[in-house]
Amino acid sequence: MKKALQLFAVLVLLAAGAAWLATGANRGWTKTSVAVKTLDPVTGIDGISYEKKFLPGVDFLGAAFGGAALLAGASLFFRKPKTNQTNKKIPT
Amino acid sequence: MKLIHILPLVSLATAVCAAPQSFDFKDPKGVNNAVFKLDAPLESINGSASGISGTVSFDLENPAATTGKIIVASESLTVPNPMQKEHLHSANWLDVAKYPEITFEAKSLANVKTDGNVTTADATGTFTLHGVAKEITVPIKLTYLADKLSARVPNLKGDLLVIRANFTINREDFNINKGQYEDKVSTTIDLSLAIAGASVAK
Repeated sequence: MKKALQLFAVLVLLAAGAAWLATGANRGWTKTSVAVKTLDPVTGIDGISYEKKFLPGVDFLGAAFGGAALLAGASLFFRKPKTNQTNKKIPT
Repeated sequence: MKLIHILPLVSLATAVCAAPQSFDFKDPKGVNNAVFKLDAPLESINGSASGISGTVSFDLENPAATTGKIIVASESLTVPNPMQKEHLHSANWLDVAKYPEITFEAKSLANVKTDGNVTTADATGTFTLHGVAKEITVPIKLTYLADKLSARVPNLKGDLLVIRANFTINREDFNINKGQYEDKVSTTIDLSLAIAGASVAK
C-alpha cells in the first residue's frame, strides 16, 4: 500500500506536469476558455468570441503538487512490509 | 419649372440629407465589444463584454453635435477563468444582479477634427458603473461608412458608424472595493470600446 501511494503521487505529479507543458506551459491562472478574435472586414472591428478550452495554469500545478504531497504523506501511515528473516545460528 | 420653384425643393432635400442620423448599436453580428484590463500580480485580468446596445445621433455635416448613449449589459462581462468571472459578477465586485447596466451617455464633443469620413473628438458625458454616475471625458474616433450596412446585413440598406474609444477609469471612483484588494487587483481599469451602429435607410 505504501509503495502504491508513493507511486500514485509520482504519477499525479508527472501527469499534471505533462498536461501543463502540453497545453503551452501557461504561467497564469487556469482558464476554461480562450478568446478568439475575428476581424469584421466591413467595420475593421475585432470581434471577440470565447472557445471552450482547458488551459491549466499555475494553480492547477499547485493543486497537483498538493495532491501528490497528500498521497505521499498518507503513505507514511503505512508500515513497510516486514521481510521474513530467520535467525539462523552459525554453527561453531 | 422655374428656378424659384426648384429652390425650396433643393433646400428641403439638403435639410433632409443634413439631418442627424440615429444609429442603433444592437449588433446582429455580435461583433461589438468592450475590452477591459486590470493589472494583477500573477497576470493581468483581461476580459470583454459583448452585450452592447444604445443609440447615437450623428450628423455628418456637424459631427460636433453628436450625442447618444451606449449600454453594456453587466452580465455579459466575461473572463477566461470561471472563478474570476464568478467573483467579478458577485455582490463583492460589480454586483451584476443589482446593477445590470454599465452606461455612457455622451452629452457634448470638444476638440472635434474631421478628416474625410473619420472624426476624432473628446466626448464628455456621464459614465455609470456599479450604480455610481460620474462625468468623464473620453477620446473617441468616429468612422462614418456610407451605404455599408448591406455589406454586413444583407437585404438592409443604410449607413454604419464605427466608434472606437480607449480610456481608463478608477474602480474606487465607482465604489468598487474602495481601499481594498489594492495589492491583488489594480485600482485602474483600462477600457477599450470598438462598436458599430447601423442606420437603416428609409
